[in-house]
Amino acid sequence: MTHLGNPGASGNSAYATSMEGLKASGVLKTATADGPGQGGPAVGGAPEQRPANGRSAAGVLGNGWARLLLGLLLPAAVLAAWQWCTSTGLFSSVQLPAPGAVIEAAVDLVQRGELAQHMAISTQRVLLGFAFGAALGLVFGALIGLSKVADVLLSPTIGALRAVPSLAWVPLLILWMKIGEDSKVTLILIGAFFPVFTTVSLALRHVDKNLVEAGRAFGLKGVKLLTTVQLPAVVPAVFSGLRLALAQAWLFLVAAELIASSMGLGFLLTDSQNNGRTDRLLLAIVLLAIIGKITDALLGVAEKWAVKRWA
Amino acid sequence: MTAVLSSRHAAPASAEPSAASGSALAVSFRGLNRTFGAGANAHTVLRDVNFEVRPGEVLAILGPSGCGKSTLLRATAGLDAPSAGSVDIDGTPVQGIDSRCAVAFQEPRLLPWHTLQANVAIGLPKTSSAKQGKSKVARLLELVGLDKFAKHRPREVSGGMAQRASLARALARNPGVLLLDEPFGALDALTRIKMQDLLLDIHAAEPTTVLLVTHDVDEALQLADRIILLGKEEGREHDGATIVRTVDVPGSRPRDRGSVELARMRRSLLESLGVDGH
Repeated sequence: MTHLGNPGASGNSAYATSMEGLKASGVLKTATADGPGQGGPAVGGAPEQRPANGRSAAGVLGNGWARLLLGLLLPAAVLAAWQWCTSTGLFSSVQLPAPGAVIEAAVDLVQRGELAQHMAISTQRVLLGFAFGAALGLVFGALIGLSKVADVLLSPTIGALRAVPSLAWVPLLILWMKIGEDSKVTLILIGAFFPVFTTVSLALRHVDKNLVEAGRAFGLKGVKLLTTVQLPAVVPAVFSGLRLALAQAWLFLVAAELIASSMGLGFLLTDSQNNGRTDRLLLAIVLLAIIGKITDALLGVAEKWAVKRWA
Repeated sequence: MTAVLSSRHAAPASAEPSAASGSALAVSFRGLNRTFGAGANAHTVLRDVNFEVRPGEVLAILGPSGCGKSTLLRATAGLDAPSAGSVDIDGTPVQGIDSRCAVAFQEPRLLPWHTLQANVAIGLPKTSSAKQGKSKVARLLELVGLDKFAKHRPREVSGGMAQRASLARALARNPGVLLLDEPFGALDALTRIKMQDLLLDIHAAEPTTVLLVTHDVDEALQLADRIILLGKEEGREHDGATIVRTVDVPGSRPRDRGSVELARMRRSLLESLGVDGH
């Protein structure tokens, strides 16, 4: 679980400069030491670092590193509060194990070779379902966004399918595809499809009519018009759809794994719940947050590039 | 081609002959009628438009706003279909987007994600090879004075430059008929005059048939061989517009913007448009 500890550890001093009165340094030291939560509320924090805090108060919001560190403020505060709650005995360790215990659980699972497997299979399911769902969303979104006939024929059905709550698909998918990868990936596919479909079909309808007409006037039509004018025009919208779809994909992953699986982060959740391993349960949640955030950030980088390139 | 730009008073013969240029084509409007809507909401914009445009001629289409100037142009390009009658180019009727025409719109309508170079290349005819196309785009960008900005995006250049790129895109098509829909209407006065001069250079270099829609009488007088005035006939105010006047503009281009004769025609045209000419 060194991954979890590391961002905090490397940013430790920087946190402390901006974390007035949040007693972060004590918590973070505890966390990086992998020790059980015996640190207690580190009253006083790091007073010698306060001048730095005052200096950085203004003009740093444009700086990427400063933004990153400021964005980590709240998680650090939550971590501190968490540590404080457990070490004062406000909650029992079954209700809320200490951060250190969660890290220990992680280390334990890593040593057994299970954690990487859980993470890998979940990520694989999400990426596959996301890729297929996004591709289908793009195709159907383009079809309905561009063709009035397709719109009239397909929109009511797709709208009705979208209204079906995701979990309602699970029994049917299991019946048809058995409890394997197919049924899970398909469920995630369904989740990723709709955001892409909706944003693409709407955006295509609002492409600048003048540009489309200019394209037509120069002999572009059909697929060539689509790839030359219409698709590039909706690239920024496609990416916001993709980011929504990715979030949906993670949501549907957990739904799929909670119900029927023997591996994955969703399985880790139910398994830990059944065995009273709250530490592992919290670990699964933290990991979902971190992996989800990382995949979203990667897509965000691609989006930035695309918006710059195509808008 | 910079020679053309810098010495536009030179005789057209001295301009680089453009081997790739399509030959100028005749355009005929035959009983053209365009009605929008149907039944009680029907609204006739154009009616009974009959006119022959000579090959290689610059024809200005003048008229008050909303009189159907653009509709006439769009019918020629095949972007719009007449309700009755037809537009013939070189004797064959226009049906759908016509590859013998190229349009420059009032707005540049360039693709913002492409460079000016790539935007101009969109105008190239389908038949041109990649190598031909590339050299042609370079030549046209030079013709409109944008060779230094070939790699710029539309939003990185001024409105006048974007409009020049739009013109180059239309020329890339080797059009038999060049359709210009108020192409300089959105530009400032100074840029507009420069663009008008540029258009004359281009026409000298690539003598094609030009249909120029404008609401600017001076522009029409400066650029056109003939002017047709669209408007409603007296006593038929509720019908669509038609050609109410045809004017031959005397003298060869470039014309003296201050000439007395043009001033008289200007006054007369403005009167026809319902504006006091003094």
